[in-house]
This record gives sequence, structure tokens and C-alpha cells, in this order.
Amino acid sequence: MRSNGAVLIWAAVIAILGFLFIPIVIIIAYAFSAAPIPAWPLVGFTTHWFADTWNDDEVREALLLSLEVAGLSTVVAVLLGTLAAMAVARMRSVGRELVSFVLVLPIALPGILTGMALASYFAFWSLNLSFWTIVAGHITFCTVIVYNNVIARLRRLPRSLSEASADLGGNAFLTFRRVMLPMMASAIGAGALLAFALSFDEVIVTTFTAGAQNTLPLWIFGAIRLGQKLPEVNVVVFAIILFTAIPVLLAQKLIGDSGRLGR
Amino acid sequence: MAVDQQPEAAKRPIISMVGVAKAYGGAVALENLDLTVFAGEFFTLLGPSGSGKTTTLRLIAGFERPDSGQILLDGTDLAALPPFERPVNTVFQDYALFPHLTLIENVAYGLRARKMPKREAHALAQAALEQVRLGQFGTRKPAQLSGGQRQRVALARAMVNQPRVLLLDEPLGALDLKLRHQMQEELKRLQHESGITFIYVTHDQDEALSMSDRIAVFSQGRIEQVGTPFDLYERPNSAFVADFVGSSNLIGSAHDRLLRPEKIKLLPVPAALPDGHEGQTGVLHQATYLGALTRYIVRLADGTEVQAMEANILPLTDRLRLLPGDRVLAVWPRLAITPVQISTAANIDNQGEVE
Repeated sequence: MRSNGAVLIWAAVIAILGFLFIPIVIIIAYAFSAAPIPAWPLVGFTTHWFADTWNDDEVREALLLSLEVAGLSTVVAVLLGTLAAMAVARMRSVGRELVSFVLVLPIALPGILTGMALASYFAFWSLNLSFWTIVAGHITFCTVIVYNNVIARLRRLPRSLSEASADLGGNAFLTFRRVMLPMMASAIGAGALLAFALSFDEVIVTTFTAGAQNTLPLWIFGAIRLGQKLPEVNVVVFAIILFTAIPVLLAQKLIGDSGRLGR
Repeated sequence: MAVDQQPEAAKRPIISMVGVAKAYGGAVALENLDLTVFAGEFFTLLGPSGSGKTTTLRLIAGFERPDSGQILLDGTDLAALPPFERPVNTVFQDYALFPHLTLIENVAYGLRARKMPKREAHALAQAALEQVRLGQFGTRKPAQLSGGQRQRVALARAMVNQPRVLLLDEPLGALDLKLRHQMQEELKRLQHESGITFIYVTHDQDEALSMSDRIAVFSQGRIEQVGTPFDLYERPNSAFVADFVGSSNLIGSAHDRLLRPEKIKLLPVPAALPDGHEGQTGVLHQATYLGALTRYIVRLADGTEVQAMEANILPLTDRLRLLPGDRVLAVWPRLAITPVQISTAANIDNQGEVE
């Protein structure tokens, strides 16, 4: 027989999971509601909001922009984050902790601070807010995600592996291509997926660095403020859940797999 | 220099280290090291951890750079060469096999790095795997192997490149005793067949004694003595070497006479002193049955405690020949005594060069 304590714990677990996920479930349910305004109880079932959303040019443009921003930010973040991690992993001095701290800082700072700082920096140089300023903003935190993943991997990698490559006649390039890159690959992949997901649903920094453009999250924000196209918002949110949840799940799988490396 | 004790002038030096020093931060790892290794030798660097033996190996491999001094291979200064251009290979303590590559790819790595065509490299790698009796496992990954098998792959991966010198960093440290003994034999065989010079790092004196042509005993960043296993065991030049290589009793009023435990014979009193022997009476303090041997601790009349080892030649029944509390006469041949310099490792540092 279960003790009362165990029952209480399970009740708490269910309550917390419910608290976290019921709102999401409701939004998904609304996406299929026939009523033009999200309200409870649901009246009728329909999928025509999906067609409407798909045919909405604003949504399409926003989706495209979000994908482009997330894609480009991720590519740059993979390059910068991986190189930074390799450089820091090689450092031996006290400078290592300092450099590591400075690199990770962007993710510790509140988004509003990063956003404002970037906005005033762009204004200082008279740069117009554009696609490129959004990407610049996203690179700041995407790079950290990749860096963190890769440095964690490198810390667990015995130094003797690269020494063995050098010992066997491998120069720096061969050692990178044949040993280090394969060893880092799943960590880089996981970092890239997380960075993509983070960029895809980012609101705060984007608010400060976007000009006339709307990313998908910004479009949602606008639509809700104006109280327009609310059924489409539900559909878009549903799509964003998929777009972010899938990379995160994949990333978790990659990170989990990496536990078997190096044995 | 101890190396000069080797009379055979025919021997050709392959590695010469001259005045090599290395410090990490403020900590001295090696202090003015001179070392010569001859071509074809099985040469062991023996010492406790932190004595500088692994640093010496890493300096030869090129993973570390000396603060001063020269390292010559066949008379050529290695200073300018990075590890990947040195004609030496290393067997790492943790094997350092590439986990994402198959055994064939691991073993062929060095050949491929030197631009050998894949087909040829894989054929040589296969032959090298067969030499360590892993020929049928070429397509496996290292994770699918046992520790002893990984060890042999690491060996094949290094030896397939036919290095001028093979560096082995405590390669058997992670294996259990039985496997270790097997691998010791195998290493000796591979060294003999290939004729490659082996430089072998270990802290295990039995391993050093059983495998080496010559041994350098390290302590605190210096070499205490270089010699054959026989030299080191029978004629250690310091108390440190006497104690690190084998077990030792230091007797006499100055504690400067080395007497190995197996050279002591214990006779039940009363007994006469045999010819050519000296001895002392004492009381047996401890007797430990070790299977092949029995180890006794005897408190001699002059207060010294000595250890004696006795082979259990006759089958023992349910009791040892001697028991604690027994009065004994401990005797040893006069010739069994070796005088040693009384110098702990600590005050050797203050004495300057050890002769």
C-alpha cells in the first residue's frame, strides 16, 4: 500500500505539470475551435484556421523572416561558439575563467538590457534596424548556447586524444578534421538545434533590433495587442511549439548520446 | 655518469638528453637531466609518481618543451620538431584510442597521416592487428573491446609506424595482475621481434626488473642511478635505490650496509654460525605466510628490525617453521652485504650531482 506521502508527492507532480502544460493544451484546442474568438467552452471543430493562416501573407512573411533569422544566427553561432570553445579549452592560465565568464555573460544578462544596448549601439552608428540587426542581436545569445555545449564536451575529452593524433603524425588540420570535429559533432549539433529554437521564439531582443519587419513572435505580439486574427494566433503558436519543441527534443537526444563517447 | 659504467663501446646512442630541465610554474619537474638510451634497448624510467619520469617521456615525444638542455635523436636536435614530425610514437596510459574510428582506422591513422594510400595503410594495419592477435576485430570500435585488447590496439597503432623509439607511459597500469604478466611477455616479444628501442615508464619495480635491459631510477626530478636490473638490485648506490628496487634492510651502526631479505637465514637457537657468515641473535616478531614465501620480521639483539624472506621449500603442514616469540639466530653470508650511501632523496638534492 502506498503511503500518504507518496500520494501527496504524485499529486504535486501532476499539479505542477498541469500548471505548466494545460495553457499550451488549451491554445492547441483553440486552434481547432470554430468560434472566431477564443472562448470556453469550445463550439464546434474546424481546421479552416490553418488554411486561413497559411494563406495570410503577413504570417508567411513573418515565418520566412523567423526561419531566415534563426538559420543565419545559428550558422554564425556555430562558427563563433565552436571556435571560442576550442580556444578556451586550450587555455591553461587564470585567463580561462575570465574569458569563459565574458563569453557566457550575454545569456545571463536580461534580454531587455541586451536589446536596449544593441538598439542604442546601432543608433550611435546610424545603422538602420533591419534583418541584419535582428540577426546580430540573436547571435549574441545563440553563440553562448553553442559555446556551452561544445566546451562541456571538450572538458570531458581526454587531452591524450589530440596528443595521440599529433604523435601519429597528424598536424593541427588533420587532428581537427579527423579527431576533434567528429568528437565535437553531436555537441555542435545539439547546440545548433537549441540555438535555432531559442532564436525562433525570441521576443525581447528582437523588439529592440527589428525595424519594420515582424518575426513570427513579434507578429503574435502585435496581433494580440490589437485583438486581431486571434484564431490565427492560436495556429501560429501551435506551429511555434512544434518548431521549437522538435529541435529541443533532438538536441536532448544528441546530448544523451554523447554520454557514451570517449569510453 | 652511471651510463659510462656500460663498457660496450659498440652500443650506439639513439636518444641523448643533455642538461634537460623543466619546471611547471614554480614546481621543478626535471633538474639538469642527462640520459643516454642505446639503440635497440628496452630502457625503463622507474620512479614514484611526481619523480619526473613521465615528464621525460613527454619531452621526448614533444608534448612538452624543455626549459633548457638538448634532446638528441640519432645526434639530431629535436627542439625544432613538433610532435607530428618526430620519428617516435607513444603508447598512452589511457590508450587514447579514437572512439569514433574502427580498429583498422585507428591503427592506420599514423600511416594515413603520412599520406600512405588507404588500401596499403589498411593492409599494414591489418597485419599489425594480427601481430597483437586482434586480426579478426578490425571493424570493431574501441568501446567493444576489453582493457587488455585496447592496450594491444594502442601498441599496434604505435608500432605500425616503425618508430625509431617507442615511448610507453605506464601502459599496463590499468590491467589486472594476470593480464599484466601476459602483456609483459608480449611486450618483450614485440620489442625483440621489431628491434625497436623501447622507453618504458613505470612505478612498478617488478615490471622494471623483469622487462628492462637497463633502468633509470628517478626521484624528485633527478636520476638516482642507471644500470641493469642486476646492478640496481645487487649494487644500489643509495639507500633510496636499495629501498625502491626491492625491499631492503639497512644494518650496522651507521645503517649503511644493505642486506636483502632473501639473503637472511633464520636458525632456531642454539645454533652455530656457519662458515663465511655473520649473524646476530634476535626474537621473531612477525611471521607472514605468503604462499611461495614466508616473510619474517626479526628484532635483532642490537635493536634493529630486519625483514627476512624464506622460500617454502618443504610442504608446510598447519604451522610455520618458526613462530612469533621464538628466539632465532639470523645469519647471512658476508658477501651478501653491500655498502650503500646513506642519503635520503631529500638530502641528495643538497649534495649536487650523484656519482
